[in-house]
Amino acid sequence: MKRKTAFLISILLALVVVASIWYGRHHGLLPAAAGKEAVLYDRLFGTLIGIAFGLFLIVQGVLIYSLIKFRRKPGDTADAAPMHENLSLELVWTAVPTVLVMWVAIYSFDVYTEMRGTGALMMAHQHHHAPVMVADASGTSPLFSPDATTEVAEPLALEVQAMQFAWIFNYPGDVASAELHVPTGRRIRLNFAAMDVLHAFWVPELRLKQDTIPGTPTHLEFTPQKTGEYSVVCAELCGSYHGGMRATMVIQTPEEYQAWLTEQQELAQAYDGSMIAGRLEPSLDAGQIRQLQSRFMASGGHLNHSHS
Amino acid sequence: MTQVIPHYPMGDAQPNRTPWWTYFTFSTDHKVIGIQYLVTTFVFYLIGGALAAIIRTELATPDSDLMPPEWYNGMFTMHGTVMIFLWIVPSVTGGFGNYLVPLMIGARDMAFPFLNALAFWMIVPGATLLMGSFFVGPASTGWTAYPPLSILTEQHAGQIMWIFSLLIIGTSSILAAVNFVVTIWSMRMPGMGLFDMPLFCWATLAAAIMVLTSTPVLAGALILLSFDLMGGTNFFNPTGGGDPVVYQHLFWFYSHPAVYVMILPVFGIVSEVLPPHARKPIFGYKAIAYSSMMICALGLFVWAHHMFTSGTPDWLRIFFMVATLLVAVPTGIKVFSWMATLWGGKLRLESPLLFAVGFISMFVVGGLSGVMLGSAPIDIHVHDTYFVVGHFHYVLFGGSVFGIYAGLYHWFPKMTGRMFNEFWGKVHFVLTFVGFNLCFLPMHILGLMGMPRRVAQYDPQFTTINQICTFGAFLLAISTIPFLVNAVYSWLWGEAAPNNPWQALTLEWTTTSPPHPHNWEGDPVLETGPYDYGKDYSQSSLVRH
Ligand code: HEM
Ligand SMILES: [Cu+2]
Ligand SMILES: [Cu+2]
Repeated sequence: MKRKTAFLISILLALVVVASIWYGRHHGLLPAAAGKEAVLYDRLFGTLIGIAFGLFLIVQGVLIYSLIKFRRKPGDTADAAPMHENLSLELVWTAVPTVLVMWVAIYSFDVYTEMRGTGALMMAHQHHHAPVMVADASGTSPLFSPDATTEVAEPLALEVQAMQFAWIFNYPGDVASAELHVPTGRRIRLNFAAMDVLHAFWVPELRLKQDTIPGTPTHLEFTPQKTGEYSVVCAELCGSYHGGMRATMVIQTPEEYQAWLTEQQELAQAYDGSMIAGRLEPSLDAGQIRQLQSRFMASGGHLNHSHS
Repeated sequence: MTQVIPHYPMGDAQPNRTPWWTYFTFSTDHKVIGIQYLVTTFVFYLIGGALAAIIRTELATPDSDLMPPEWYNGMFTMHGTVMIFLWIVPSVTGGFGNYLVPLMIGARDMAFPFLNALAFWMIVPGATLLMGSFFVGPASTGWTAYPPLSILTEQHAGQIMWIFSLLIIGTSSILAAVNFVVTIWSMRMPGMGLFDMPLFCWATLAAAIMVLTSTPVLAGALILLSFDLMGGTNFFNPTGGGDPVVYQHLFWFYSHPAVYVMILPVFGIVSEVLPPHARKPIFGYKAIAYSSMMICALGLFVWAHHMFTSGTPDWLRIFFMVATLLVAVPTGIKVFSWMATLWGGKLRLESPLLFAVGFISMFVVGGLSGVMLGSAPIDIHVHDTYFVVGHFHYVLFGGSVFGIYAGLYHWFPKMTGRMFNEFWGKVHFVLTFVGFNLCFLPMHILGLMGMPRRVAQYDPQFTTINQICTFGAFLLAISTIPFLVNAVYSWLWGEAAPNNPWQALTLEWTTTSPPHPHNWEGDPVLETGPYDYGKDYSQSSLVRH
């Protein structure tokens, strides 16, 4: 009897494990992955959602089983056999989750530093995560520490302004665009300045998000991989039209990108360096953006941390 | 165990019924105050629910077409604020806490009855101010009110009213918390040690400690915010050198613990409801009691997990990630202990137990998505999206609200002296359970796929899923009808309740239903531990009345 139960439980657990692994790979809950970081993210996410799915099955399974198996039979007024505690059981369900969450923490930390392309501030010199960075083919991760930046190629840095309710992306040669164009295979650094309230730059396909904060420069780095058009979404409540604060991000091959940039630069020159390029998002036309921009510049701007 | 159930005739046979008008007075009776809290907060639940229905109706279509988007911002701001500050927090602490704590520890009242009444009646100006702001244009910057938006907002008057309303309600909850700590610490009846207390008291103690440590910080932040807003100071306004991120730290230093204030007492309710309806002792009493205190301690050091994208330094993100993930351990201990309590029991599948099991089942979903959110890189993608909206509704609705319903059904006979109708209780449960999952499960997908929260318009690719959510929300709205009708009808005309309809062992069941004005006519007698099920009590006064 006892052995039979044990056997049954092991079979069930094995099924749960199989289901979890399957679900972790086939959850279909995420949009396309357009950047190197997104690929890392998806691996971590798949693992965590798989574990969560397995635990979900176990808990709900036990609850449903209990509701059916242990319901009181009509006419039975006696209490159930008392059971106050079981030390080994309690140790198990304290220790296993502890180990599990610590493992999740370490794994997440690892992915985090890898996504940031840094050896996370405090570990910058321990080379703890160095192999990860070296293995990275595009190899353009700048470290935070200034002495290390010399070792790696500079990322392509763009100044980005966020304002109610639009994004402006600035390129070399006086190009300001409502569209974000970036080439594949190169690390991109966006330096954000918010001119009125908080906003947040989010591209779901990059799995990255960064708040923009008035008065405090923030930045985000990523490596685009998959060409296509994606939405830039504002993810921090910024006023009435927060829901309409969107822009397009176009990931292009380096050649296409260069062609686009040259064209924009020529246009900008032709129009006295003040041309706004790109298809503008509904609520703003070129004149409005220019107006906002000059208001921003007049306010002192926060673009003085340029890296290019 | 044989049980002698006394037979009261239908109708008004209960000796200790409180006249209805007492509830409109400055009564210092903790039982009156408890019910004042429960009824008042439930009314606000209905208001918050109506706002939710408006939100979901707007979101039935991708365009912002039901109302102007700035109104929409007012709707979800008021929805969140009402649900947290006028429903869950006051109902689980002020409502259940006041009603139950003295009865459970064998006291005649709370330590400071006057303060207690004062705390309740402060809700009235606080709530009036908040509701009044609808007439001037309500606060529209989310329940988080992040500057600089909350300073530059066009709903200036509404934002100021929002701040003062929260200051008043916050003060009320501090007063209530002082009362709980002192009462639980010093008013237990002779012979009841801390570890003889029902677990609800442990949970309330932990929640009260969290209120005391964190609410003053919120008050500080709000006062400074009001200076920025009214006096043009620059504490949080970057144009004058202020730092908006400091506000976020102060705000979450309160508001993450507030999440535990909203759930810890509900953990306590569930620990009380399960044993009598499963006819088994609670499994792992000490572990559950200690885990409440562990959550209380850990919960104070996780706040910045709400700020992973705020430009916080890396070491901070890592620290808060680890601390956050650790909270899963004491929480897991509770969940497993509850499951073990059910295991091998003799489950009475009626409304209190159904809602308590529903609580475990739904809370676990919120807990699992919570662990994922605790992982900083995962959170960076889904922060401020519908994934988070799905997550916290599994905790606050699937958790707190399901647990509150379990408690309402469980203690309804004690509080009102009448039984509720079990059939409509089951209908209520099924509708709530189905509506809830239809409304909130799909939100996780929305967030992951790219829909941010707090938006009145969205990408048309998300239309179908949003419509499922909206359908679920309407079902949820309908689900409250059977409850309301049942509660009102049963309170007025229901079958008279015996003193101990569930044959439960905690002290509140040893007095009459409803309890005597001084709780017990004579002195309460501690005959058993709170969870000593499975022993023979045929000789005990618990069944002899
Ligand atoms: C009655 C059914 C409910 C429905 C249909 C509902 C629906 C929603 C929706 C759709 C949002 C997102 C608004 C947005 O981001 O644009 C929201 C936000 C929120 N809800 Fe609920 N909700 C319900 C109950 C509750 C309960 C019981 C609580 C308990 C505390 C709660 C607390 C909140 C909070 C704090 C927010 C955030 C508000 C903000 O973003 O500032 N809700 N709700
Ligand atoms: Cu926005
Ligand atoms: Cu939190």
